[in-house]
Amino acid sequence: MSPDAKLTAFSTIVVREVRRFTRIWPQTLLPPAVTMTLYFVIFGNLIGSRIGQMDGQDYMAFIVPGLIMMSVITSSYANVVSSFFSMKFQRSIEELLVSPVPNYIILAGYVAGGMARGLGVGLIVTILSLGFTNLTLHHPGATILTVALTSMLFSLGGFINAMLATKFDDISIVPTFVLTPLTYLGGVFYSIQLLPDFWRAISMANPILYMVNAFRYGILGISDVNVGVSLSMIVLFIVILIVLCLRMLARGRGIRH
Amino acid sequence: MMDALKIENLRKTYDSGFEALKGIDLTVRQGDFFALLGPNGAGKSTTLGIVCSLVNKTSGKVFVFGHDIDRDLSGAKMNLGVVPQEMNFNQFEKVIDIVVTQAGYYGIPAKRARVSAEHYLKELGLWDKRNEPARMLSGGMKRRLMIARALVHEPKLLILDEPTAGVDIELRRSMWTFLQEMNRRGTTIILTTHYLEEAEALCRNIAIIDHGSILQNTSTRDLLKQLSVETFLLDLAEPVDAAPQFPDFETRLVNDSQLELDVRRGQDLNSAFGHLDDKGIRVVSMRTKANRLEELFIRMVQENSQAGGKA
Repeated sequence: MSPDAKLTAFSTIVVREVRRFTRIWPQTLLPPAVTMTLYFVIFGNLIGSRIGQMDGQDYMAFIVPGLIMMSVITSSYANVVSSFFSMKFQRSIEELLVSPVPNYIILAGYVAGGMARGLGVGLIVTILSLGFTNLTLHHPGATILTVALTSMLFSLGGFINAMLATKFDDISIVPTFVLTPLTYLGGVFYSIQLLPDFWRAISMANPILYMVNAFRYGILGISDVNVGVSLSMIVLFIVILIVLCLRMLARGRGIRH
Repeated sequence: MMDALKIENLRKTYDSGFEALKGIDLTVRQGDFFALLGPNGAGKSTTLGIVCSLVNKTSGKVFVFGHDIDRDLSGAKMNLGVVPQEMNFNQFEKVIDIVVTQAGYYGIPAKRARVSAEHYLKELGLWDKRNEPARMLSGGMKRRLMIARALVHEPKLLILDEPTAGVDIELRRSMWTFLQEMNRRGTTIILTTHYLEEAEALCRNIAIIDHGSILQNTSTRDLLKQLSVETFLLDLAEPVDAAPQFPDFETRLVNDSQLELDVRRGQDLNSAFGHLDDKGIRVVSMRTKANRLEELFIRMVQENSQAGGKA
């Protein structure tokens, strides 16, 4: 395929993915908006007003970056895992397999689709948060870089989950039993400085902690961890997952007999 | 003319240990209308699956218009259009989107893809349904949609895996006409089918596969020449008590007004009718008991099974 043809194939996958999640917006875009608004009202306004400050910030301002990041992570992951697994389930993945689209373009297309939904939901939640607090970007570059890389990382994670899944149960196990606990324990609602030494050390092994803190640094200028280390770790995980995805695609894991 | 498809010593053993293909060789010439026949589980879909990259081969070589799928898979795929046995499109997408998206996978820009999609959807009688979700189509329309999708990038080789399974007779005939027209315009066509009448009517060359091995690979005409006995069913004007006996022909009574007559290669029917006339038996109508190719196919597969599938 010529470079132009590859670009057309890539944009075809992205357009189809965007069309899919916008067609079913009540399932994809509305729920995070509703859930996050409830978080802002209950944790931010009602409970937050009694908590006072966290790391020198109003509690509402403190949790907003974490909640935005939480919605980006879950939406990016969910988009790729549900879309790719549905294609496997309906066998419409064969449309791609019989075509000359290279594996890296297939992967790039799905990841871009996941990022489009993840970042779209992130933007919606950010706009909603402006109704509850004033957001000023302390470091726009770090903010955008962190959210984009995180969205990419979890889109890749969703892709691996979809490749390995053999039934619909398999695509809900990771989000329910891995992603949600890691996100809640990743410093979205609290600073790990509040934790005893032992639990703080345990928390440092949670990769989502680094993403939430790097994003919080971009918006508020505060972080529990080193931002450079956070971004480096995200990039390292992205590289590892890309290699894994391409190897699985080359072997046809779960998609070719 | 070059080979549209060339398969050399192709083997496939699944993870379960089942040996689906035992080293088959197959050549389909450019412009051919070719049938790959075999009973269920013979290896037809595995063979076509490997050609289309839906199944990983264990060993062997496959060339599509000279493109080796191990070295130039992209080149091979550009020449291929595939119509699978099972529905494999997103049921929630619109008909037009399914076809245009498929063109995009081949690098065809949206504007050109829409022109090609319109052309094939019109030819296949689906243009009026273009904005309907695919799930709203009838079974026959879904099959035609898969044909339109397979043709949208103008492949030189079209592979159809049982394209008319479960399709009513009228639609089957219209699909035959469409495929014959595509072949006349230069598209090489390979199909698998369980309707042997279909293979006999459409295909110039036929391969019969069973237990992962090719039993026959020859022209339809030469294959039919191998048919040594053809059985006819004769409807009689008046009932008879027993099957009439006469030299050189074998007859059996199906019921008192229907007779089975075996005619060996080289014998002529006039002679049989002469014997019947001598005995005062009038025949009002006749037909072949089974499709000629079907008789041959069943015989070959049975012989292969009796030999332990070692052909």
